[in-house]
Amino acid sequence: MARVELNADAVPRFAPHVQFRFDAKRTQWVILAPERLLVPDAIAVEVLRLCDGQASIFTMVAALAETYQATPETLEGDILELLQDLMDQGVLTL
Amino acid sequence: MSTPEPPLALLAELTHRCPLQCPYCSNPLALEGVEGELGTEEWCRILDEAAALGAYQVHFSGGEPALRKDLPKLVRHASAAGLYTNLITSGIPLNGEKIDALAGAGLEHVQLSLQDTLPEEADRVAKMPGAHAKKLEIARCVREAGLALTINCVFHRQNLERLDAMIELAVALGAGRLEIAHVQYYGWAIENRQALLPSRDQIEKANALIADAEARLKGVLLFDHVPPDYYARRPKACMGGWGRQFLNISPSGKALPCHAAETIPDLRFDNVRERSLADIWVESDAFRRFRGTGWMPEPCGSCDRREIDWGGCRCQALMLTGDAAQADPVCELSPDHGRILQMVKNEAGQEVPPFRYRRKAN
Ligand code: SF4
Ligand code: SF4
Repeated sequence: MARVELNADAVPRFAPHVQFRFDAKRTQWVILAPERLLVPDAIAVEVLRLCDGQASIFTMVAALAETYQATPETLEGDILELLQDLMDQGVLTL
Repeated sequence: MSTPEPPLALLAELTHRCPLQCPYCSNPLALEGVEGELGTEEWCRILDEAAALGAYQVHFSGGEPALRKDLPKLVRHASAAGLYTNLITSGIPLNGEKIDALAGAGLEHVQLSLQDTLPEEADRVAKMPGAHAKKLEIARCVREAGLALTINCVFHRQNLERLDAMIELAVALGAGRLEIAHVQYYGWAIENRQALLPSRDQIEKANALIADAEARLKGVLLFDHVPPDYYARRPKACMGGWGRQFLNISPSGKALPCHAAETIPDLRFDNVRERSLADIWVESDAFRRFRGTGWMPEPCGSCDRREIDWGGCRCQALMLTGDAAQADPVCELSPDHGRILQMVKNEAGQEVPPFRYRRKAN
């Protein structure tokens, strides 16, 4: 096994045995993984909701750029970094 | 007092029975017997109540939880209730078929304990010939069933030199996580402290090795490592703070804020047979006693870390100062910190005595 390095063409999805769900009781999105709980911030939630195993990072960035009326170039770096970090933590896979 | 936040996880100690006899086992010296164990229906009710209370995860542990024949049923029930399910096991009673059944019931993750990388050493610590080989086989079955795998190894003075071999083994077994645990000195470990306590030099080497491996294996293996208490300058937040994140249910239904809480003599523990989990969480004496910061004497009371480490471990404070409400003496600010230094000096590096193994008659 080797570390996966993401680029904009990659199509990430949630790793098996990772659950991304909305907790109605605490009104927050959470990521459940083996013996771990992550609480993504609002931006990460927006990104992760687009992470359906179909969309490439390129497509996700384009969609977010439209929502936030920004240029894709300004968003891509941050989004790649966010997704790479979740990849390294075993939350996402290809 | 305001209502506490709901717990994050339920630790379900299904039984104290275990085929192994690890001398650092965190179970109490007075092991509960099979006669008193909660039944399947009782556990199902607790799982429902935990989910309703807001817990995200359940950790089935013990003893050896796989000795319970109703384990697949409990896993199925927990996952239907919306809980993320973890199994913390020695692997010994399992086989490929049972693991497939657990996966089919909705199990997400298995945490498998290994005692060492050398089979004969591992079997000596677990006190069971062939245990290590069986565990490697179980690791393979877990991965074949498509479940997430964590390898857990408790490190001590007699196996720390094989830490790097354990890291390699975890990668080779396809584990996504490696939990590097250091012996926590309560329960059986206290009885075996001199045989287990590493030297400062061993710990410093281990810390450097882990930092290096963590960087090298980024994206391949996650490390879960809490440096050992006795060489720290500040304590860890035991259980993320008393009564803040975890609810531990003993095999007979006692609700404990931490698995060692029973060592504190004047705490009264409620039993889930008599009270609902929600009531216990909010109101029970044992959970309220050390929740938050109101109970803290100095130096914790006015310390700026009081909501970071919550004063450390209550059981350790009791054990080393005679009073569970004192600062954890691991803390350099504790007036009793000298006792830890003295003990480490007296015991680490002394001759290794034989183990007192964990079993009912011992
Ligand atoms: S530490 Fe060893 S003896 Fe104790 S429950 Fe775990 S496997 Fe069994
Ligand atoms: S004095 Fe108490 S709160 Fe402050 S660091 Fe030490 S144990 Fe933690």
